[in-house]
Amino acid sequence: MFELKIFTASFIADKFVQTFIEEDRWKTFASGLGVTLFITFFAAILGIIIGMTVAVGKVWCYQSGRLKILDRIFDVYLTVIRGTPTLVQLLIMYFIILKSVDNGIIIAILAFGINSGAYVAEIVRGGILGIDKGQMEAGRSLGLSAWTTMRKIILPQAIKNILPALGNEFITLLKETSVVGYIAITDLTKAAVAVQARTYDAMFPLVSIALIYLLLVTVMTWLQRKVERRLAKSDRR
Amino acid sequence: MIDVKNLEKKYGENIVLKNISETICKGEKVVIVGPSGSGKSTFLRCLNLLEVPTGGEIWFEGNLINSRGCNIDAIRMKMGMVFQHFNLFPHLTVMENITLAPVHLKLQTKAEAEENARRLLSLIGLSDKAEAYPQMLSGGQKQRIAIVRALAMNPDVMLFDEPTSALDPEMVGEVLELMKSLAEQGMTMVVVTHEMGFAREVATRVLFMDEGEIKEQAPPSEFFTNPKHPRLKDFLSKVL
Repeated sequence: MFELKIFTASFIADKFVQTFIEEDRWKTFASGLGVTLFITFFAAILGIIIGMTVAVGKVWCYQSGRLKILDRIFDVYLTVIRGTPTLVQLLIMYFIILKSVDNGIIIAILAFGINSGAYVAEIVRGGILGIDKGQMEAGRSLGLSAWTTMRKIILPQAIKNILPALGNEFITLLKETSVVGYIAITDLTKAAVAVQARTYDAMFPLVSIALIYLLLVTVMTWLQRKVERRLAKSDRR
Repeated sequence: MIDVKNLEKKYGENIVLKNISETICKGEKVVIVGPSGSGKSTFLRCLNLLEVPTGGEIWFEGNLINSRGCNIDAIRMKMGMVFQHFNLFPHLTVMENITLAPVHLKLQTKAEAEENARRLLSLIGLSDKAEAYPQMLSGGQKQRIAIVRALAMNPDVMLFDEPTSALDPEMVGEVLELMKSLAEQGMTMVVVTHEMGFAREVATRVLFMDEGEIKEQAPPSEFFTNPKHPRLKDFLSKVL
């Protein structure tokens, strides 16, 4: 009889009230969701900026054979960031490098942005290398500079090809932010844990945020497909 | 117009071009033929510095283009290039392909460039393709648009790197026709090709390259009827 009880409507309604309504707990979830989205959004932007810069920089160093030191610096960045756990990077940022900064959200954005930048860099670099080198030659032969050709001709085509991989990266980023509780930020995950500590019920808060994450990822996937379709208009025959 | 002095190109130990000196004057139509691997494409690509020479000098309209101080982008605006694989920009429409460079380099306003592009497209009978993407076009159409894209910059010389080698045989004709009419209008042209008919008909001078050297050169009448170098005799006997 006990097993059946957890599936009854009144039981679920009770748990719902307890988890979200009592003591206005929905506000904890709402603000946690806001924090998760805020960190993800700005970390993604930072990641795109860093990733694009590193990718274009590395390709340029490789093709021109110049500024080998810069190339080495980028390599060290990629190796260190991809070679250590994100959570460890976050903790090092919080407790060591940015010890004097007391805004945890800024620290999280920096840590996740720098982390994501390394993955974005390799995705973008792969995308650039996948474009036929005749495209660069055609641009240059018309008198366009290497930078203009990169911006107007190579990158638009590369980004179209790497969109699924980039989508993957930002989905991973969203989910990875769930560890920010470690540096005393109340994001969506931490909110659920906090509510659980008050109500002594684990299932309802945790399953709820799992569904919220799932919904967010679904929306991101939908957005990605939409952009993909728009960029694919030149593929029609 | 183009002055090449002691041009040399090496990839490591592999010498691709050996000590080439050549002058190309305004209005000339120079056709370069030779077996594959003879260095003819490399030579052509050195002229606008898509390949950087390892020795020698290339002068264009009074500028030493393979020197540090030279603004190669400004030089390339005056040298159109047509590639074997067209290299149209697949993410842009035909119109955008043609107008991108002149507008971005501020040679023409957007309206001027589009008008010019429409004029050029109507010349080649592809006015209706202005808003099409390269994917929708046949090989011959792509190559003719690539030629028009280069012409939109009003170049002083056009370089053709095997412009018909990647085309279906039935589409070679339309591209050669366009090149012929360009030649008739007085364009200075340097053409690497395997089309001996085109060389015979259009060239003012034919160069035979082999093993990284210009082994022989002559006006087409003499080049094809009275070849002197044994390698050229052998080459012509195989291709004609």
